[in-house]
Amino acid sequence: MNALTVKNISVTYDKQPALEQVNFSVPQGSLTGIIGPNGAGKSTLIKAVLQLIPKSSGEVSVYENPLKRERNRIGYVPQRSEVDWDFPTNALDVVLMGRYGHIGMFKRIKKKDKQLAADCLAKVGMDSFADRQISQLSGGQQQRVFLARALSQNADIYFMDEPFAGVDAATEKAMIKLLQEWKEEGKTVLVVHHDLQTVRSYFDHCLLLNKTPIAFGPTDRTFTYDNLQKAYGGALSILAQESSFLGRGG
Amino acid sequence: MQELIELLQNPNARWVLIGSILLGFASGLIGSFVLLKKQSLIGDAMAHAALPGICIAYLIYGVKSTPLFLLGAAVSGLIATYLIQAIVNHSRIKTDASIGVVLSVSFGIGIVLLTYITRHSGGNQAGLDDFIFGQAAAMVRSDVQMIAVGSLLIILLTSLLFKEFKISTFDPQYAKGLGLPVKGLNAILMVLVISMVVIGIQMVGVVLMVALLITPPLAARYWTDRLEWMGFISGLIGAVSGLIGTAISTMGDGLPTGPLIVLTASSIFILSLLFGLRKGLLIKVVQRI
Repeated sequence: MNALTVKNISVTYDKQPALEQVNFSVPQGSLTGIIGPNGAGKSTLIKAVLQLIPKSSGEVSVYENPLKRERNRIGYVPQRSEVDWDFPTNALDVVLMGRYGHIGMFKRIKKKDKQLAADCLAKVGMDSFADRQISQLSGGQQQRVFLARALSQNADIYFMDEPFAGVDAATEKAMIKLLQEWKEEGKTVLVVHHDLQTVRSYFDHCLLLNKTPIAFGPTDRTFTYDNLQKAYGGALSILAQESSFLGRGG
Repeated sequence: MQELIELLQNPNARWVLIGSILLGFASGLIGSFVLLKKQSLIGDAMAHAALPGICIAYLIYGVKSTPLFLLGAAVSGLIATYLIQAIVNHSRIKTDASIGVVLSVSFGIGIVLLTYITRHSGGNQAGLDDFIFGQAAAMVRSDVQMIAVGSLLIILLTSLLFKEFKISTFDPQYAKGLGLPVKGLNAILMVLVISMVVIGIQMVGVVLMVALLITPPLAARYWTDRLEWMGFISGLIGAVSGLIGTAISTMGDGLPTGPLIVLTASSIFILSLLFGLRKGLLIKVVQRI
């Protein structure tokens, strides 16, 4: 069954096309990497799918329903750089925000929501930082808090925008382990990802994107030299020389 | 001291003081969001733009009527907010310059209109001058009631939508992702801020109204790292400033209320900057030693 179906999404910024005719369907229980060069529209794609920015055309369905009806089944981890970390709030408070959609407008936060948020913080190994003001957390710790917040949404599909940017190796390892657990629980995860070297070991599906999709499908069939060449153009030869991410036998 | 006791024995003055406390609390509470949304300057432009609205309302109806003045202030405040956004959207001018232009042009129009009214309608305009720096002593019972009821409504609505305002200020994209009506919430917040400015100008004046929105939360930030507490402490600082400023103004020789309220709030801010528990200067020095 497809957890997510994206049909003909196009987005324009200042009359310039940012995304053109993006089509793909993500099977339930998959872990998909969204890969492409800078400016390929990876973050834009996530935001357009989640209807955070206006799109000029296209439809999104979640478990065969329009996205609006399935909001509570969707978790989102935005880029860490998009919020003001000096904001007067602590780690537990940020995680609690993941419950606001379930709690509803005008209603007060209940004890069980607080308990759930504390459990989520513990799951990412951050329970001892619950009362810490968020600017006093390291980059990796901030990202773990964001992950715990998404976790507290108790969603079925997760969208993550560069979750590994600027985090330490230990955090990256812990996070990918958690993503793989989600996958085994039947959750669907889409991740905007930069590091070509880890694509093969992290993701079972790949979406190669450069304003328009180059390839989508299981990683061993899509993450090939030819497709990367199409997505990255001339930049690839430099990348390829310096690393062996394609794997010789591949 | 003698004067203070006399002041408290006067029922009218008591009402004015209660009004100033509620006004200060509401202003400090909602000002926390204005500050965190980095909209301090927009608030300032709104307040300055209220002056031409008040003058035009007077020119049209020819009488001094607080409700009509406030309506005029609200309309011109909204127009100013719209203009600031329109200039940014349709030109290469950035927000700060756009705010600067709209603020000074509308205040300029206001002063020209005010001068015209002074020249052409004799002593009748006396009440209009008070809107520039605020004059608590000139307020009548119905003015104070409007301030009290308006402030209570603003406090109530802000408290009801506190968690929604919080998330849409901290992480609007994420809030949208949760399905919250972020645009609608921003619009509600904007309406609350305009209402706050409009009901506050009679007491604080258009020139300094923004200080009552911004100074209390700035001071409160030095005492807590939690938004809930910041809103509450900021409200208290606003209330204390309103009370002290109004009391001195009403007792003294016609000193304008706005500057006194703002000076009180600024003193609390300086004390907080020096002695605040969260990143106050003294704590920082002690930690370094």
